[in-house]
Amino acid sequence: MGRTIVEKIFDSHRRDNPFDDVHVIGLDVVACHEITTPIAINDLAARGKDRVFDPDRIKAVIDHVTPAKDSKTAEQGKILRDWARRHGIRDFFDIGRNGVCHALFPEKGFIRPGYTAIMGDSHTCTYGAFGAFAAGVGTTDLEVGILKGVCAFRLPETLRIDITGTLADGVYAKDVILSVIARLGVNGATNKVIEFSGPVVDSMSMAERMTLCNMAIEAGGTCGICAPDQTTVDYLWDFIKDDYRDKTEALAAFAAYRPDAGARYAGVIHHDVSGLEPLATFGHKPDQVKPVCDMTHQKVDQVYIGSCTNGRIEDLRVAAEVLRGQTIAPTVRGIVSPATPRIYRQAMAEGLIDVFMQAGFCVTNPTCGACLGMSNGVLAEGEVCAATTNRNFNGRMGIGGMVHLVSPATAAASAIAGHLAPAGNKRKQGA
Amino acid sequence: MKNFSGNVLFLDRSDINTDEIIPAKYLTEITKDALGPHLLEDLCLEGFIPGRSTRDKQIVVSRANFGCGSSREHAPWAFEVNGIHVVIAESFARIFRQNMFNGGMLAVELPADTIADLFTRFATTDTHLTTDFENSTFTFTAGASRHTVPFTLSGFDRALVNAGGWVEYADANY
Ligand code: SF4
Repeated sequence: MGRTIVEKIFDSHRRDNPFDDVHVIGLDVVACHEITTPIAINDLAARGKDRVFDPDRIKAVIDHVTPAKDSKTAEQGKILRDWARRHGIRDFFDIGRNGVCHALFPEKGFIRPGYTAIMGDSHTCTYGAFGAFAAGVGTTDLEVGILKGVCAFRLPETLRIDITGTLADGVYAKDVILSVIARLGVNGATNKVIEFSGPVVDSMSMAERMTLCNMAIEAGGTCGICAPDQTTVDYLWDFIKDDYRDKTEALAAFAAYRPDAGARYAGVIHHDVSGLEPLATFGHKPDQVKPVCDMTHQKVDQVYIGSCTNGRIEDLRVAAEVLRGQTIAPTVRGIVSPATPRIYRQAMAEGLIDVFMQAGFCVTNPTCGACLGMSNGVLAEGEVCAATTNRNFNGRMGIGGMVHLVSPATAAASAIAGHLAPAGNKRKQGA
Repeated sequence: MKNFSGNVLFLDRSDINTDEIIPAKYLTEITKDALGPHLLEDLCLEGFIPGRSTRDKQIVVSRANFGCGSSREHAPWAFEVNGIHVVIAESFARIFRQNMFNGGMLAVELPADTIADLFTRFATTDTHLTTDFENSTFTFTAGASRHTVPFTLSGFDRALVNAGGWVEYADANY
């Protein structure tokens, strides 16, 4: 019988079936950040189990609050830093070299097709863009991952979304995933892996695929996943060129993690994106989505461009293109956080940082920053932010604040307008 | 094994997320106990008073998709340090549910009509729950009214509860 990508990955990583439908799989990557890992570290120590299964397969970063903003976050960073040193974890990224985990680790080549990865972070699902199985886990699972290099899962069913059609100008991967979440609902893919396939996905860059997979969790999905292809090989080539004779051989090897023709799906949804407009969320749930054109009355106090959803160089290019030669509304605070140092430097080299600053944006260091309302860019009560992030939950960016999730293009256009606004007048063009 | 019996708190809403259970600003805490006073602090629900409503409650009964949102295990811990070791709901977000069992606690799904029935019978009175873990039954008591419902648990969830959580189980077995 044909198998899905995730079935193939489970088959190649299975260590044990302690009970029916509980699969203990070996882990290629255990990723750690300073928010969820310190408690795991402390708890392991308290249990007399301060060990790591393999320092080379553990990756760690301080990214959520960096530089530390107070004694508490300084302590969290210190616990992670000391632990990484104590156990010889070489891939540990501290300030100056750190960036948003889900942008940084893929950029370093740590995530490969067929890999398994866990992290104490729900947007670990981003890594599925590489044809990997990657899931956000709780601290206890993280402890076991650190200690033993295994994790227990039920075998998730796969929901396939076949994305077809032609994206209109000014409509991006972010709008596509918002339209998918609106269609599925916040619970529509619970306990399932969402496989993104079809011609639109095939022609997407790795950055765009990461944007799609990043928000799989917003529909309840355990992981998003894209079949590895030539685009995956090209992205990873610098990291894998010693392992394969040429790209053709790598592509053939990665084909082991493409779904079989006869694979069984929990459902196949045909999603035509022709005619899709730029979208924005309007409530506190990510499936509450409307065309930006219908929300232009909504004033914004802050615009945030960054995060693991849309803080990559491709996103900054799109936003800068909209902002070039323009100034943001005097009532708007614009903040951009390039997701990694490499993205920052690339943006500098391309003149994008200059465009942002000319327009009146504040450019921060690579960090999660405003995304989670516990570092910089916190909203006051009643304030509104257009953000390229992935969560609009009540209180996410600050108590009483409202977050509208949008694409980088829409974020930039909204900053200029002072209210939610699509880049250009898309509705007229499409009509 | 933990204590799975006690007084019931009914939370009549679907999609109660982890930000409502424990706001993100407390993720900087590095001890479980520090979370205690902030359980359900941001939950807006008619008749629910943060701090007060959870006092002397050991069981939560709620609707669909309980614990959705972030993967933070702080949510189950916030319950744990308040002595709430059982959540019963129509359905759970995967990570929250797993986190409960990983900590040796119970997150039990019951059919929608059973949950609706429990709300009708008990939501407005002081209700006590007795859990019979061996025989997989919950018995709800309010005054003279008594009602027993069966539940099912997978063998693995059962093993986790028995071992006292997943770290102990995994270190012993792998
Ligand atoms: S950018 Fe936001 S969503 Fe992404 S890892 Fe950081 S806090 Fe989480």
